[in-house]
Amino acid sequence: MLLQALAFYVFAAVTVASGAMVVVSRNPVYSVLFLILAFFNAAALFVLIGAEFIAMILVIVYVGAVAVLFLFVVMMLDINLVELREGFLKYLPVGAMIGVVLFAEILLGLGVLGAGSATMTALNKQGAQVLAIDNTRAIGRVLYTQYFYLFQVAGIVLLVAMIGAIVLTLRTRPGVRRQKVGDQINRTKEEAMTVVKVPTRGGV
Amino acid sequence: MTIGLGHYLTVASVLFTLGILGIFLNRKNVIVILMCVELMLLAVNINLVAFSIFEGNVVGQVFAMLVLTVAAAEAAIGLAILVVYFRIRGTIAVEDINAMKG
Repeated sequence: MLLQALAFYVFAAVTVASGAMVVVSRNPVYSVLFLILAFFNAAALFVLIGAEFIAMILVIVYVGAVAVLFLFVVMMLDINLVELREGFLKYLPVGAMIGVVLFAEILLGLGVLGAGSATMTALNKQGAQVLAIDNTRAIGRVLYTQYFYLFQVAGIVLLVAMIGAIVLTLRTRPGVRRQKVGDQINRTKEEAMTVVKVPTRGGV
Repeated sequence: MTIGLGHYLTVASVLFTLGILGIFLNRKNVIVILMCVELMLLAVNINLVAFSIFEGNVVGQVFAMLVLTVAAAEAAIGLAILVVYFRIRGTIAVEDINAMKG
C-alpha cells in the first residue's frame, strides 16, 4: 500500500511538472517531448488505478500518433523561436491570475464535494473497485454491445478527420511530371513507332 | 496513506489549470496552444477514468476512449490547418490570424 502511494506521488509529480514544462519551455520541440513524458506518466497513473486498457490506448494513440504528429509539424515549419516568445511576460499576470482563480474554484468545489456530498465520501471510503473480470474484457463487453453505435460514430469521426486532413494539405503543384496510366495504356502501335525502310548503304 | 479519488481529481485539476494557463501565456504559438488543449483533454480523461474505477462502472472508460478519439481527430485537423496556414502566410503567430475579421 505504501509502495502504491509512493508510485502515485512520483507519477503525479512528474505528470504535473512536465505539464508545466510544456507551457513554459522556450523551444516547441522540448514542449512536445515534455508532452510525451506527461502522457507516459498519465498512462502509468492509469495502470496504477487499474485501467490498463485506457493506459495502453493512451500510449499508442497519444504518444505513438498524436505527439509524433506534433513533432513532425514543429520540425516541418520553419518558425522563428525568439519571435514566438514575445508577449510571454506581458500576459503572465493576467494568465496567472486567471489560473489561480480557476484552480482555487476547482479546489473549493472538490472540497465541498469531498466534505458535503454523500456520494464522494462513499466513493472515497469504498476505494478502487475491483471488477470480477479484467479491465479490457469489461470494456469490450459494453463497447461492442451497448455502446456499439457510439463506437461506429467514433470511427466516422476518425474517417472525417482523415479525409479532412488530406484534403486540407493536398496541393497540386504546376510543372510536376506524373505518370499518365491511361495515356500509356491507350497507346497504339501506329502512333508509338514507325517502320523505316533503310536502303542498303544509304543510311537513314 | 491510501490513495483516494480526491488525489486523482487534484492531479487532473492541476493539469487542467496548467492547460488554461498555457493558452493564456502562449499568445504567439498556435502549436503550444494545441498542445495545451491536449493537456486539458488528458485531465478530463483522468477525471473520467478515476470516477469510473472508484464507482466500479466501466462506462466512464468507454467515454474516455471516445474523448481520445475526438482529441486525435482534433489534433489532425488542427495541425493540417496550421500547415496550410503557414504555407500561405509564412507565420503561425496567433495575433496575425485576423484575415476573417470584418
